[in-house]
Amino acid sequence: MTVRQFKVWRGDESGGQLNDYQVEVNEGEVVLDIIHRLQATQEPDLACRWNCKAGKCGSCSMEINGMPRLGCMTRMSTFEEDETITVTPLRTFPVIRDLVTDVSFNYQKALEMPAFAPPKDVEPGEYRMQQVDVERSQEFRKCIECFLCQNTCHVVRDHEENKLAFSGPRLFIRAAELDMHPLDARGDRKEIAQQQQGLGYCNITKCCTEVCPEHIKITDNAIIPMKERVVDRRYDPLVVFGRKILRRDQLTSTAVAEPAVHSGPVTVAEGAAPVNFSRPLSGPPGPEVNAAGHVNLNEMLSDRAAAASPFGDDITFPVDPKTLNYYHPGGADH
Amino acid sequence: MVNIEAHAYDVVVIGAGGAGLRAAIEARLAGKKVAIISKSLFGKAHTVMAEGGAAAAMGNVNSNDNWQVHFRDTMRGGKFLNNYRMAELHAKEAPDRIWELETYGALFDRTKDGKISQRNFGGHEYPRLAHVGDRTGLELIRTLQQKIVSLQQEDKAKFGDYQARIRVFAECTITELLLEGTGAKKRIAGAFGYYRESGEFVVFEAPAVVLATGGVGRSYKVTSNSWEYTGDGHALALRAGAKLINMEFLQFHPTGMVWPPSVRGILVTESVRGDGGILKNSEGKRFMFDYVPDVFRKQYAETPEEGDRWYTDPDNNRRPPELLPRDEVARAINSEVKAGRGTKAGGVYLDIASRRPAAEILKRLPSMYHQFKELADVDITAQPMEVGPTCHYVMGGVEVDPDTASAGVPGLYAAGEVSGGMHGSNRLGGNSLSDLLVFGKRAGEYAASYTDELAARPKIDDTQVAAAVEAALSPLTREGGENPYTLQSDLQDVMGTLVGIIRRKGELEDSLRQLAELRERIQKVGATGGRRYNPGWHLALDLRNMLVVSECTAKAALEREESRGGHTREDFPKMSATWRKVNLICSLSTEGGVDLAHQPIPTMTPELLGLFEQSELAKYMTEEELS
Ligand SMILES: Cc1cc2nc3c(=O)[nH]c(=O)nc-3n(C[C@H](O)[C@H](O)[C@H](O)COP(=O)(O)OP(=O)(O)OC[C@H]3O[C@@H](n4cnc5c(N)ncnc54)[C@H](O)[C@@H]3O)c2cc1C
Ligand code: SF4
Ligand code: SF4
Ligand code: FES
Repeated sequence: MTVRQFKVWRGDESGGQLNDYQVEVNEGEVVLDIIHRLQATQEPDLACRWNCKAGKCGSCSMEINGMPRLGCMTRMSTFEEDETITVTPLRTFPVIRDLVTDVSFNYQKALEMPAFAPPKDVEPGEYRMQQVDVERSQEFRKCIECFLCQNTCHVVRDHEENKLAFSGPRLFIRAAELDMHPLDARGDRKEIAQQQQGLGYCNITKCCTEVCPEHIKITDNAIIPMKERVVDRRYDPLVVFGRKILRRDQLTSTAVAEPAVHSGPVTVAEGAAPVNFSRPLSGPPGPEVNAAGHVNLNEMLSDRAAAASPFGDDITFPVDPKTLNYYHPGGADH
Repeated sequence: MVNIEAHAYDVVVIGAGGAGLRAAIEARLAGKKVAIISKSLFGKAHTVMAEGGAAAAMGNVNSNDNWQVHFRDTMRGGKFLNNYRMAELHAKEAPDRIWELETYGALFDRTKDGKISQRNFGGHEYPRLAHVGDRTGLELIRTLQQKIVSLQQEDKAKFGDYQARIRVFAECTITELLLEGTGAKKRIAGAFGYYRESGEFVVFEAPAVVLATGGVGRSYKVTSNSWEYTGDGHALALRAGAKLINMEFLQFHPTGMVWPPSVRGILVTESVRGDGGILKNSEGKRFMFDYVPDVFRKQYAETPEEGDRWYTDPDNNRRPPELLPRDEVARAINSEVKAGRGTKAGGVYLDIASRRPAAEILKRLPSMYHQFKELADVDITAQPMEVGPTCHYVMGGVEVDPDTASAGVPGLYAAGEVSGGMHGSNRLGGNSLSDLLVFGKRAGEYAASYTDELAARPKIDDTQVAAAVEAALSPLTREGGENPYTLQSDLQDVMGTLVGIIRRKGELEDSLRQLAELRERIQKVGATGGRRYNPGWHLALDLRNMLVVSECTAKAALEREESRGGHTREDFPKMSATWRKVNLICSLSTEGGVDLAHQPIPTMTPELLGLFEQSELAKYMTEEELS
């Protein structure tokens, strides 16, 4: 048993401060254990969400020494003995009290996202799918809705104004999940992601992937394939022609090609890591608008095939890591 | 109640776990206006923690499986104390409920021919558990959550409002049910609670309430259960005049982690054993072969060689004894530890590392691996785990009508872990998730049809609301009240040491004395701070529920003088055929104490009895019943 230094943010939407605490820490404990000890011994009304204490429910999201983490999955042994541990609420969402934030943004976005469309003419019990085909979507269904990815994404982290148009990585993997679902009856998941969820705002910084406690490859396996395939399909002359003369439900869906393999993993330039995560970055400039001040949502009116990129047309992937607040864990050879 | 927020709904579902969500879907499909209320955020209920799977006799892996076999296994697991009709409905309807989930978007693991894959689990004769890796509960709750979203989208298209017919009240705790009338005319009128976020009160006016609040495990220190499991639904039902059944039967999961402390209480899913894991004591002996009880002798392997062959050739070999029902496994571990053959932390070793290649373990138990690696730096592909019994599930609960899930008070329904009877004295792994779906649906359906038949909506009695407000505020206004965390910890100590896995008369009597003292202290509990998101206050309000439910368990455990399933009396180590005929029923006395009564268990129909061999029934039943 040792006594360690903690700073915990206490307050509500009108403001607050970091309070200092000295708390007993035992071998094998996690940060959430310490919060519980604080409640039981010093601050009975300290507000904090938790349920499972096993990394399964995604309730105990908080920022520990500035990193978005699950309190129940952060071992005390990962800190130095004399290190002060600072615990603050998620920054992207409005504070309710202490470590509890208002995460309703995420539920609202989920509500707006078209649900699974069951295939017509397939009776319950008659669903047949191969394991290899369901596995791709299953990866995304591991999501425990901790919203750490949403919290870390710079598009909304300090940009309240982007929340209206941007659903965030949690919902992008939901879109990808349905897109890759072998029996989902809708064929327009990518278009929805692009046009209604603001996929275009994402510039593949991979910060979301880095914080995901479920290790879902949000960017590589969901966002990039969704982006690439939107481009593929929009360039396909047959599909574009089909769109001109047919209603969507009359289209025979063209077999979707395997997502083109994304060019090799981003490597961090020599000397550029570790990155200072709080370095201010210029926010996304916002999409190009037409004379009426609206985004050109319909590709027939737009001067290019893919949806307008908020970063201009000349962006190429992978993005130069030097310009990003991103450091790929494991370093250059990872 | 002028300044209390009020809502009117047809059906109010308390609980957003599997049972609650399934009930809400059904009531909404019947055209009702439904509220879903939950203590935590939407999609976080306890159901997310279920790992192993949902049992349904679909026969996808072994075509010999059917509802009769499932029924038989369930009755055997519950030691024939189950409400047979619930077990029958459950076995018959579970496959449809699982298939339905696929139409909501669920993605279960598949067999080679593309059907839902099914895995072995303790107590199930055939591979029967539909699963998704080891996160089946998450899949179930996410699927139901997303189905609710899809219904809300339909409502938005039709009525212009997502919440026109289903509204989720997250982080809202119900503290009281509101009733109309007295005696035989008593019926449900609504529910009263508070928003955790703001501390403001809220009244739901509704003719039908479905309780789906889950279990009671927070009364124990080593438990797999979260802070939500304070027995609220059990206590609400008692206070509304309903009865609890089988409260002495608590399931201690045989294999919870006992070391290191950061993972203490976390369960090691039974599929570790189903996939080849074995139990060893500190001497390295695979001890389960010494603990096969007579009733199971015929179904289990006698040598390790036969047991090992079973994994690849189940038709010609008997299963290894590691797959005995969980109470047998828990008891065996307890005996080994008591005999001094346990680990330092008081557990035994569960070893899969030396039995299966690392890649296979990773493939079959991914989240288990990930969890232990991250939380405790334990690599389950390389070293054995240290496990021991952990409070896990309560078989007992609200006594319900098997077909309608009605809790006896008109308008009150219960489903899921909060209801009792279905699992008898012991639940088989995987039977809970299917139970939630089968009886959740039934509760929703019958709650909806109950509101159809009403001539007039019940009226809320303002004096009840005023009393509920006063009760809820009292810990905050009490000067110098006792710390709720201390009280909770004392309660857990009493239950853990005196009403734990192995019970004795003297200790149980002692527990009742100590619970009586705690009752006095809990009436004087205090909370500091304000009303906004104040966990100390919330716990103070939960304590009285934990207490009354603990009293029921202790009382019933003292009364039942036999050992059966989740109830083990050291002084009465044998199962008794006469006690099998008795259900113990708890109700609230007029002074607020717990009354205990004996009630005969319903007699199984001849058709169902015919599914068993006479020689098997002879192990459970009295001569008189058999003739
Ligand atoms: C670690 C673990 C593993 C398990 N594995 C399996 C398995 O593999 N297979 C299986 O079949 N079963 C398993 N179980 C058991 C199963 O998960 C539970 O029994 C089941 O999920 C209970 O579901 P429920 O719908 O009854 O309640 P829950 O899912 O627990 O939901 C209860 C709901 O009620 C709400 N609530 C409670 N009180 C109030 C109140 N006063 N006011 C408002 N809302 C309230 C809560 O907020 C919550 O939303 C497991 C359990 C645990 C803990
Ligand atoms: S890759 Fe970066 S920009 Fe894109 S969603 Fe993830 S965090 Fe946001
Ligand atoms: S994708 Fe990962 S980080 Fe994002 S909510 Fe889901 S589990 Fe959390
Ligand atoms: S408490 Fe459930 S994820 Fe941390």
